[in-house]
Amino acid sequence: MGMITNVTSFGRSGLSDWLLQRSTAVVMALYVVFVTFYLLANPDLDYSQWLALNSHICMKVLNVLTVLSIAIHAWIGLWAVLTDYVTVRLLGPKATPLRIFFQLGMITITLVYLIWALDIVWGI
Amino acid sequence: MNKKRPVNLDIGTIQLPITSYVSILHRVSGVVLFAAIAVFLWVLDASLASEESFNAIKECIGSTFCQLIIWASLAALAYHMVAGIRHLVMDFGVGETLEGGRLGAKIALIVAAVLIVLAGVWVWA
Repeated sequence: MGMITNVTSFGRSGLSDWLLQRSTAVVMALYVVFVTFYLLANPDLDYSQWLALNSHICMKVLNVLTVLSIAIHAWIGLWAVLTDYVTVRLLGPKATPLRIFFQLGMITITLVYLIWALDIVWGI
Repeated sequence: MNKKRPVNLDIGTIQLPITSYVSILHRVSGVVLFAAIAVFLWVLDASLASEESFNAIKECIGSTFCQLIIWASLAALAYHMVAGIRHLVMDFGVGETLEGGRLGAKIALIVAAVLIVLAGVWVWA
């Protein structure tokens, strides 16, 4: 069971996941703070202005870093939640296959989000 | 190891301190945000696809249903960020004592509540 738990973690190591969870959080926080202040400063934002902002190479880099951060952060966070609550101790022997099912589902949705998001922010 | 040894980690039977509620809400808001990513990407996609879809999103944001979803997503984001920043502060060794942890949990709840109210003002004002 320990092996199955470990093999679905993002970085295969607790320390790696710990550092990635924090560094991705900082990237996402920068994005949220910047976009929030930008939208507050531009209440009458129009399409051309919004497109120009997101076409700028600096914004494209921030967008891609944020999208990658979301995927890594969600994977690590949901892994922690699933391995804490969908356990044999709480749910009985069916917990292990159930958890693998949820983890693979979570990973699939995360990858779909990632591909969709990269298509949006890099295709401009 | 005796597999029948008594284990009392059933959180349903333990009275939880404020730090537990802050931690559980951090997890709940994280799971909510995982679903909110779909809404965020849909809005981002439409806002950048064409002028028509950009204006359609602007119009949609005027409806109460959209506003409730946006506010709920912003509330989860605000709480999750504040609780996350509390973790980062504690990683630097600040507020790690029992009392410090409790005080940090209270501060996080108050700051998150203020941000959630401000998000509501932003959405509806």
